[in-house]
Amino acid sequence: MRLVVAIIRPEKLSEVLEALFRAEVRGLTISRVQGHGGETERVETYRGTTVKMELSDKVRLDIGVSDHFVEPTVRAILSAARTGSVGDGKIFVLPVEKIYRIRTGEEDEAAVTPVAPVT
Amino acid sequence: MVQPADTAWMLVSTALVLLMTPALGFFYGGLVRAKNVLNTLMMSFAALGAVGVAWALVGYSVAFSPGTALVGDLSRALLQNVGLQAQGTIPHVLFMAYQGTFAIITAALVSGAVVERMQFRAYLVFLVLWTLVVYAPIAHWVWGGGWLGRLGALDFAGGTVVHINAGVAAAVAALLLGERKDYARQAILPHNVPFTLLGAGLLWFGWFGFNGGSALASNAIAALAFVNTMLAPAATLVAWMLLDLARTGRVTAVGAATAIVVGLVAVTPAAGFVGPLAAVALGALAAFPSYFAILWRARSRLDDSLDVLAAHGVGGLVGALLTGILAQKAWNGVADGLLFGNPAQLGIQALAALAAASYSALGTWVVLKAVGVLVPLRALEGREEALGMDVTQHGEEAYTSGEGAILVLSEPALPVAQSRLVAGGKQA
Repeated sequence: MRLVVAIIRPEKLSEVLEALFRAEVRGLTISRVQGHGGETERVETYRGTTVKMELSDKVRLDIGVSDHFVEPTVRAILSAARTGSVGDGKIFVLPVEKIYRIRTGEEDEAAVTPVAPVT
Repeated sequence: MVQPADTAWMLVSTALVLLMTPALGFFYGGLVRAKNVLNTLMMSFAALGAVGVAWALVGYSVAFSPGTALVGDLSRALLQNVGLQAQGTIPHVLFMAYQGTFAIITAALVSGAVVERMQFRAYLVFLVLWTLVVYAPIAHWVWGGGWLGRLGALDFAGGTVVHINAGVAAAVAALLLGERKDYARQAILPHNVPFTLLGAGLLWFGWFGFNGGSALASNAIAALAFVNTMLAPAATLVAWMLLDLARTGRVTAVGAATAIVVGLVAVTPAAGFVGPLAAVALGALAAFPSYFAILWRARSRLDDSLDVLAAHGVGGLVGALLTGILAQKAWNGVADGLLFGNPAQLGIQALAALAAASYSALGTWVVLKAVGVLVPLRALEGREEALGMDVTQHGEEAYTSGEGAILVLSEPALPVAQSRLVAGGKQA
């Protein structure tokens, strides 16, 4: 089991979600974050005040997956989130000790295997 | 003799000028940080109340009763003898109300220099005292039969009385209060630039009553002032955008909002005295001193937070002097300026500006010192300023989600049957 953490550009979010959907990655959490990854600062001017915006808005995705899902997940994000300029973001893959699904109490692999939608 | 047409236009103008004060609140409110926006808006809205009442009770009499060349008397205090009889060609009560809207916005203008740090209680006392001690006498000098009016100073709608006065008062207030604790240490950014643009737009709209109404009649001079109020800020806006482009490569929205206000300020003394083309030139020229004054201020230790001195003080001075240069008897039927063979007018304009600025500086200093004896002028510098004025002065926030708020019942709960009814209603 792995936790895939990806930091991406907010404007790339819909493309990434689409790519993940096509790769059949179903469960994920996103959050709006701010960060700095070495891109050139944006300069803004308000009357006599000039400021460098050091932190840019990013979106963070947290995706818990079983081992064989790591590669398709990462590949989907890599292709969909890339623009080629500095600031595209990062992907971290972390080992996970334990996973529980709260609803059923299922553990580990079973907890991150999507269930068939109730019809 | 009360004229219906004049009365109709002045009724509309009075409402237009009153709208400028809420507009100013939004102009200023957008420029401060989110934690201080209610306080900044309230500084304008409170003036609608405090100055409005002070004006009717005492201020109007100090400004617009015979008195001496320096100050009016109390013969019109409590609105004695201010009835439906004609003052010029409009009812006297209407004249009083129209002038009252000017007193309100002038006091509110000063608040731009003290935002994000002044105790609200102290500000309320300041509003009333400043209107009576500083604004009303200067209004008397120019419009109330005082010495500057008799001298022939041209101030159509208040470049000197309103804008130079407010600009200088703002600088003095900023000096006396001292800078915000974050000033020049952290980037302090406007939290809602759309508010600022909205405020500038509404100010422009209201200004048609400010300048157009200053003819005090529905006539050709009102039309001239009205047209100049459209053209001069347009020219300032063009010049400002070009300056922005040259300096940073981008035209800024805050700059555009500022330019509109600077243009309006500059044309205020000139509105009914110069031709439309002269107004375009005046508007364009007025952009430069204020633009560079704002750049200078941001590098200085003078925390005139929202640039009241640079926009209103400098803009008002430039307008007053250019009125002395561009005024044309062929348009106004009153006086020529330097360009049309009357260099003395420029001297009179400079003298009036200097006199108003000096008295405003002195008077504001005295008033603030007096207020400071009664109530501390500043909010507690560390804690209250860091938390923001909205929470510490008003016990409210502008933007709340309600998350983490626990309902404290201050009234006895409803009987069970009734409360079920309420809950049921909500669910349905």
